[in-house]
Amino acid sequence: MEFSIFGIGILTWLVFVPIVGMIIILMLPDKNRNAIRWTAAGATGIQVILAAVIFAIFDRSKLGINDAESFQFIEKYSWITVEAVPWVGRIEINYFLGLDGLSVLMVILTSLIALIGVISSWNIQKMVKGYFALYLLLVTGMMGVFVALDFFLFFIFWEVMLLPMYFLIGLWGGPRREYAAIKFFLYTFVGGILMLLTMLALYFSVAYTDPATGQSVHTFNILHMMNPANYVEGGLLAGVDTTWRYVAWMALFINFAIKIPLFPFHTWLPDAHVEAPTPISVILAGILLKLGTYGLLRINFPIFPDATIYFIYFMAVLAMISIIYGALCAMAQDDFKKLIAYSSISHMGIVVLGIAALNTQGMVGGVLQMFNHGIITAVLFLAVGVLYDRTKKRGLYDFGGIANQMPKYTGLAMIGMFAALGLPGLNGFVSELFSFLGAFEAYKWITIISVTGIIITAAYILWTIQRVFLGKTPEKMSDLSDLTLREYLAFVPLIILIVLLGVYPAPAIELMNASLSHLVEFMNSGG
Amino acid sequence: MFTQIPLTILLLPLLGFILLIFFGKKLPRQGDWLASGLMLLALIFSLVLLITKLTSYPGETISTSFEWAVVGEQTISFGIMIDNLAAIMLVVVTLVSTLVHYFSMGYMKEDVRYSRYFAYLGFFSFSMLGIVLTNNILLMYIFWELVGVSSYLLIGHWYEKKSASNAANKAFIVNRIGDFGMFIGIMILFFSFSTFAFESIFDSIAAGQLPFGSTGWLTAAGVLIFCGAIGKSAQFPLHVWLPDAMEGPTPVSALIHAATMVAAGVYLVARVFPMLTADALLIIAYIGAITALIAATIAITQFDIKKVLAYSTISQLGYMIMALGVGAYTAGFMHLVTHAAFKAGLFLGAGSVIFAMHKVLHDMHDHHTDAQDIRNMGGLKSKMPVTYWTFLIFTLAISGIPLTSGFLSKDEILAGTLAFSTLNGHWLLPLIGFLVAGLTAFYMFRLLILTFHGRPSDEKRISAIQESPYVMTIPLVVLAALSLFVFYSFNPFGASSGWFYAAMERPLSIVPEMLQPASGAVFYEAVSSVHTPAMILSILIALGGIFIALAVYHWKKISAEDLSRKAGVLYSGSANKWYFDDFYNKVFVGGLFLVNKSMKWFDDNIIDGIVNGSAVVTQGFSAISGWIDDNIVDGLVNATATTADRAGGLLSKIQTGKVQTYLVYIFFSVLVLFVLFI
Amino acid sequence: MIQWLAEPGLTHFLIVSAILFSLGLMAILSKRNVIMVLMGVELILNSANINMIAFSRFTDLGLDGQMIGLFVIIIAAAEAAVALAIVLNIYNRFRSINLDEISLLKG
Repeated sequence: MEFSIFGIGILTWLVFVPIVGMIIILMLPDKNRNAIRWTAAGATGIQVILAAVIFAIFDRSKLGINDAESFQFIEKYSWITVEAVPWVGRIEINYFLGLDGLSVLMVILTSLIALIGVISSWNIQKMVKGYFALYLLLVTGMMGVFVALDFFLFFIFWEVMLLPMYFLIGLWGGPRREYAAIKFFLYTFVGGILMLLTMLALYFSVAYTDPATGQSVHTFNILHMMNPANYVEGGLLAGVDTTWRYVAWMALFINFAIKIPLFPFHTWLPDAHVEAPTPISVILAGILLKLGTYGLLRINFPIFPDATIYFIYFMAVLAMISIIYGALCAMAQDDFKKLIAYSSISHMGIVVLGIAALNTQGMVGGVLQMFNHGIITAVLFLAVGVLYDRTKKRGLYDFGGIANQMPKYTGLAMIGMFAALGLPGLNGFVSELFSFLGAFEAYKWITIISVTGIIITAAYILWTIQRVFLGKTPEKMSDLSDLTLREYLAFVPLIILIVLLGVYPAPAIELMNASLSHLVEFMNSGG
Repeated sequence: MFTQIPLTILLLPLLGFILLIFFGKKLPRQGDWLASGLMLLALIFSLVLLITKLTSYPGETISTSFEWAVVGEQTISFGIMIDNLAAIMLVVVTLVSTLVHYFSMGYMKEDVRYSRYFAYLGFFSFSMLGIVLTNNILLMYIFWELVGVSSYLLIGHWYEKKSASNAANKAFIVNRIGDFGMFIGIMILFFSFSTFAFESIFDSIAAGQLPFGSTGWLTAAGVLIFCGAIGKSAQFPLHVWLPDAMEGPTPVSALIHAATMVAAGVYLVARVFPMLTADALLIIAYIGAITALIAATIAITQFDIKKVLAYSTISQLGYMIMALGVGAYTAGFMHLVTHAAFKAGLFLGAGSVIFAMHKVLHDMHDHHTDAQDIRNMGGLKSKMPVTYWTFLIFTLAISGIPLTSGFLSKDEILAGTLAFSTLNGHWLLPLIGFLVAGLTAFYMFRLLILTFHGRPSDEKRISAIQESPYVMTIPLVVLAALSLFVFYSFNPFGASSGWFYAAMERPLSIVPEMLQPASGAVFYEAVSSVHTPAMILSILIALGGIFIALAVYHWKKISAEDLSRKAGVLYSGSANKWYFDDFYNKVFVGGLFLVNKSMKWFDDNIIDGIVNGSAVVTQGFSAISGWIDDNIVDGLVNATATTADRAGGLLSKIQTGKVQTYLVYIFFSVLVLFVLFI
Repeated sequence: MIQWLAEPGLTHFLIVSAILFSLGLMAILSKRNVIMVLMGVELILNSANINMIAFSRFTDLGLDGQMIGLFVIIIAAAEAAVALAIVLNIYNRFRSINLDEISLLKG
């Protein structure tokens, strides 16, 4: 599938339109805040349109994963090539982008959440120019990770995200923003270093024979890394089930587990969420966390199928702990944002449990849960943001009777809440269902214990609804206005998706079904 | 015919829900006519469907399905299945729902969220119809949770009251616990048979496939699915939510918490009946029996009119479950249908009383008297004649007095338990069955007498009571008519010859032969041999219960206070609901909160402590190396700089800035050089 | 002695020139006024001129010495013009032409 505009591939457009927007914003005068906002909205809006085009013309039957031919919208250019380095031979780093069933849903999610994030950033008043410039840079980084097929490129985009995020939390955040930002930065940075080391180890272990020249070329190409035949004889990571492969897997896993975040690497998340401004929380929970699970599926699983299968039980147990532990911690929180942060840990645990099942139902459930959780937490954080804008409060005990004050808001927020609780008919249920179905096939008891998490989830969500929306209105909250048009614009598309995918998830599932089935097959034959 | 009509029936209430949610406040009369009209239409369609089904396709199961999602190679289909079970249940649901809609027009008239209320009723009806119509256990689970959420919304309708929102939460969460088991059961079935459709699952089991290849797992799957019913039908040990659910508006209690939703558990067991093994059925029977007994013993000491009815509902649901467990499939389901009519009637009658009480109390500006406490009533008979007479019919029906529908079904259940004990020796089941029949008659007549007979508790208050408007009494009359025997069987003393028994034949068990319960033929033979004694016994026991109630509360031959004092522990246990709620609150809720708090502590102090600790350690190291850097490494560098600086300071004294001084230096320097070199 | 005085030779001129040079040097080193310092510079230049012309006359240097003398006069004129311009600027800047007060480069 090829699609290009002005001779430049659609994925490049998708990744770099925000950068163009950022440059335009940097050239605009500080004072002209509306122009800055509209530029950001325009850039992300174009992304949404491009994503819609991709959704429309994406070939659902192509496999992807490890086969370069069946990726779609491929763009591959030689980027850095150094001939004849001593001992190493030719160094080759490619600008290699492509989409398959695994990434297409994430690309759609990213573009959508990015636009919603801009809409909800509209009333940011502090350093508007810097804010939106960093925001767009962040969007580029995230989008880049999802489409990069060259490990080097992947790593660069991965690190590109880090800096804007640090500043967005550290400058625009709440009272403890410095602490949260540094915690976030250090956590992610440690992971990044582990990934860098593994990437280099992989690079020196993998070489493919250039068909044109017959030269043996070291490469960062992720797809080449998936082929055992490409490993150099005697290379560090050559062979199957070697200690070094386990170490490399573990290093990558820790990096991704920090992003997901899995217990016990999760403590940056509640702090980051509590301190981050609303739209950044939306981005953080909506997209950033998915990078972790995406990385597992894109890199850990197919490059190290042997190590993945070796550690899979460990992964499932961590997922189970995350599900239960996150839910229990969520219930103990008094801060609305912290509660959602812990619920994210719990819900991302379901993703990991699903993909750890190594069967199609589990994989589909897991990836769908990534998408659905992105939408649902976005709604929840928007909901907190709406209340915070009006009352400057986030404590669960500060509210009450909001249903009487803001009935329309309550309706929308409650749909989001019920989706998080896994109510059938809303999208969260579908993905949880498939994740658990898949996981049950692989791990009976772990799954049964994990499913108790949904009872606890129901308890804390309903308790939250009771404390915030129901009951009598406290006097100090007696004149809250219902949603504004802009807030509707942020909420309604997400709510529509929640309901649509809950009732009929097939459009989302068919996007990834072929690829994920292929991944499962690949894993089970390669391991 | 069997696709479009059920689909229409299903979607009509949904349409009402959507219209009312978005436009409810703008419509005339807030759209109550729309919701009720759509429901009436659904009722008419359901009747047409039932009659067509029973006359033209009596023995067939008609199902249609469409593809919902494809995952991997597996296609997951959803669809509609119409068999006699579904067709009858369809009419029950739409009928009660329609009547409750009309009743609510009167009862909820002054409510602040009137249109919202009708919208939720529509949503509930939609979900409930979904449970009835589905051919698929996953889809059933979906609707199962949706009725849960509509029940949650309706219990919490008056959410300003803390008790209402608490009750709503409790209902949802307790149901979730049951659903957890059901979900695992579904996972076992899907894992084993790769399908959710009932028919395909049954086919696979009939073909000899077993989950994980073991018969134990088949029993487990059945019991786990039954867990869903334990939650929804408020069976022991998850019965605690239903009495609290009475915080919702009374018509809601009639529709959801008496007639339809709580009966969904029974419907579920009936649906999966063929795949239940004898062991699973035995567990089901005992759960039902325990529930029936516990609830009946609690009901005799309650004073809240709705609480009494709630416990009686639990008790009757226990009956139905027990009936299904012992194999009296038809009787159990029939009791569901008859119970739906008379229990909905009882609740609506109670609603009518509460409505009248409220009005009077409101007019008297009395905000302290509980409008639902039967001690504050009494002597309402003459003031509310329609309510009284219909209430009497319902009470007779639930007590199992001949000529009522309740007698037909209850009698068959009791005969079924007796037959079961003759076959298998579980004598406890019929014992509990008959005991509960007596208790039921007793507490229902206690309720009737205390509410409608006797001296008014407060002359002024009771004399101001008025009968409810027609929109509320007509549904009562309709339900009272439906509580008579003729609608179910023309023989007032035996249901087995009526159309109901003909239509609802017990399905064949498809589990492996050694796991099967006693077959239908054997069972019915046993039933017919014990039927007459069971019938006589049940009538006698019911009359006995009524007699004691009359003796205690009407003729006052026996003092209720004395009795309760003598009963001692038994009385306080019953009045405190056998301490189930306290126990659950202390152990499970308290335990959960303890775990939460400790997890939070663990997270904040241990996990984050490790993270922050490593930060502190790193900071310590950096402080040490910083000191070294500042003092030793940098010290050397600085020493150089300081020396240079000092030297420069000294030398700079020479620089006076005056040209002539410099010239003097030059002059003397030249002189010196001159002297030295020449 | 008289003889020596009556027959002026190279030495006489050199002595005059040396005296003139010393006077110039004294003026440069001791005067506070910039103008005076400049006049000292003129004296030194002229002492050099006397030397040039004396050498031109009494040795076989020939006309070269006189040419250089002329050149020095021209340079001195240019120097005076530039120097006075600088002095004028200094005056504008410091409102003074006293060299003791102009010590910006003091260390």
